[in-house]
Amino acid sequence: MDCSKGHGGPRHLLTPEDPVRTSTSSSTETTVYLDNSSTTRCDPRVVEEMVPYFSQTYGNAHSRSHAFGWNAEKAVDEARERVAALINSKPSEIIFTSGGTEACNLAIFGVARMYAEKGKHIITTNVEHRSCMDPCRALEREGFEVTYLEVDTTGRITAEQVAEAIREDTILVSTIFGNNEVGSLMPAKEIGAVCKDKGVIYHLDACLGLDTETIDVDADGIDLLSMSSHKIYGPQGVGALYVRRRRPRVRLRAVNLGGGQERGFRHGTLNVPGIVGMGKAAELCMQTRDEEKTRLTALAKRMKDAFWGDLDHIYLNGHETERLPGLLNISFNYVEGESLMMGMNGVAVSSGSACTSATLEPSHVMRALGVGEDLVHTSIRFSLGRFTTEKDVDYAVEQCLASAHKLREMSPLYEMVKEGIDLSEIEWKHD
Amino acid sequence: MAYSEKLIDHFNNPRNLGSLDKSDESVGTGIVGAPECGDVMKLQIKVEGDKIVDAKFKTFGCGSAIASSSLATEWVKGRTLDEAYALKNTEIVEELALPPVKIHCSVLAEEAIKSAIEDFQNKKNAAAAEG
Repeated sequence: MDCSKGHGGPRHLLTPEDPVRTSTSSSTETTVYLDNSSTTRCDPRVVEEMVPYFSQTYGNAHSRSHAFGWNAEKAVDEARERVAALINSKPSEIIFTSGGTEACNLAIFGVARMYAEKGKHIITTNVEHRSCMDPCRALEREGFEVTYLEVDTTGRITAEQVAEAIREDTILVSTIFGNNEVGSLMPAKEIGAVCKDKGVIYHLDACLGLDTETIDVDADGIDLLSMSSHKIYGPQGVGALYVRRRRPRVRLRAVNLGGGQERGFRHGTLNVPGIVGMGKAAELCMQTRDEEKTRLTALAKRMKDAFWGDLDHIYLNGHETERLPGLLNISFNYVEGESLMMGMNGVAVSSGSACTSATLEPSHVMRALGVGEDLVHTSIRFSLGRFTTEKDVDYAVEQCLASAHKLREMSPLYEMVKEGIDLSEIEWKHD
Repeated sequence: MAYSEKLIDHFNNPRNLGSLDKSDESVGTGIVGAPECGDVMKLQIKVEGDKIVDAKFKTFGCGSAIASSSLATEWVKGRTLDEAYALKNTEIVEELALPPVKIHCSVLAEEAIKSAIEDFQNKKNAAAAEG
């Protein structure tokens, strides 16, 4: 189906520089935040620890000659210990970066360029975040060969698929952990075991999930692990890459060059307040992840039960149980996602609808799961988090149901379905 | 807030929402778009002589698509078929201050009007041929 959005219209008005401006609500006051997979509210306890490091205890952690530098370095070291503890690694295996994207880029480009002489084959999946997918695509243009394993309809691959794809010249397996769009969890432990067995480096993009799931890099066979602070109630602009030092020692070619910080893997002055914040965020996650998993599972169930109890023709995208507990991606058939969001007052969510994306292209993740394009347009992602209450969930459900009912009344598709017309039999008129 | 107040008003208070009897000879129906593309508009007109006396719509689509079709029904009502056929999508873009990425919604609304008029004329011609 050619869904060219420019048909006959004044195409010249559409330039790549145009900002995509899609308002989500007629109300300027958003009261309920259910977009925690985009970013989380920085925990006030995190902010409190960060504040002194802006203008009281300031310094360059790389300065060796005075107390300002030593104090900054001490703060970074403490944060490194906390981040390491969250995934059961050694502090010296944590490399701080500017965020999850940089960590993923460093992992993939770093391994590819360091081990290119050993082999030029990389294995990944077809549901990766752009921060892993795009580096893989770039490496293909540089002569690397990339195998994109296809997920099943629940958004997961199996360890067997990885085992079958590994070749003599495979230097890296890279998979996402908790999918940012549909929430499905990859079987990281099983994939890690296969990679250990075959002696291939395994990178896990764990930007989502560390607030509720327990990862042990040693027990799970993970060699590289990307983390993002702002997805776990820390500040934006900071992340980390775990790089295994023993059995095997993983080496990376740095992506940017400079002052030799972070063992030469990641050059550039460290973001001390941000790193302090990420350290505190990691500590809080470690303390609360088990109870948070239980609490968010219950909250998501409450939301799901309310929707399924009231609406027909709705579908949960992703895996039923092996998923991030707070993320629900639901297709509300016959109602377009952007309008559904517009009809919800005071609720912040996101949609898989192409109409809300800069490119007007539907998501590659939903397509990979085999979700029909008609259903992709109707999907809404609710991502609950640490600060989400039952009251928030109930309010969001009430708003969403009201919007869905109103829009179904307006939907010619829902009308046809109610009349018993099979929509797949219709020849749609579209240039 | 990127959408104009007028657009939001059409979205929140759609004009002429509903359906007319498709089988009525004085009714023309236009259905454009596709579910795979995220927008489907159904626009119907009721014609007396050469004048559009009523119009209804139902739309599956984003806020701009809903507002564009709501506005389209408002504009065709009371016009002659020729006048309605001459309506341009750019007029809708201007009235609703559509953002550039949403211009296709106005194109679809223009197509829906034309398609409804053509449907009415086809029906009329078929009836004349039979008569």
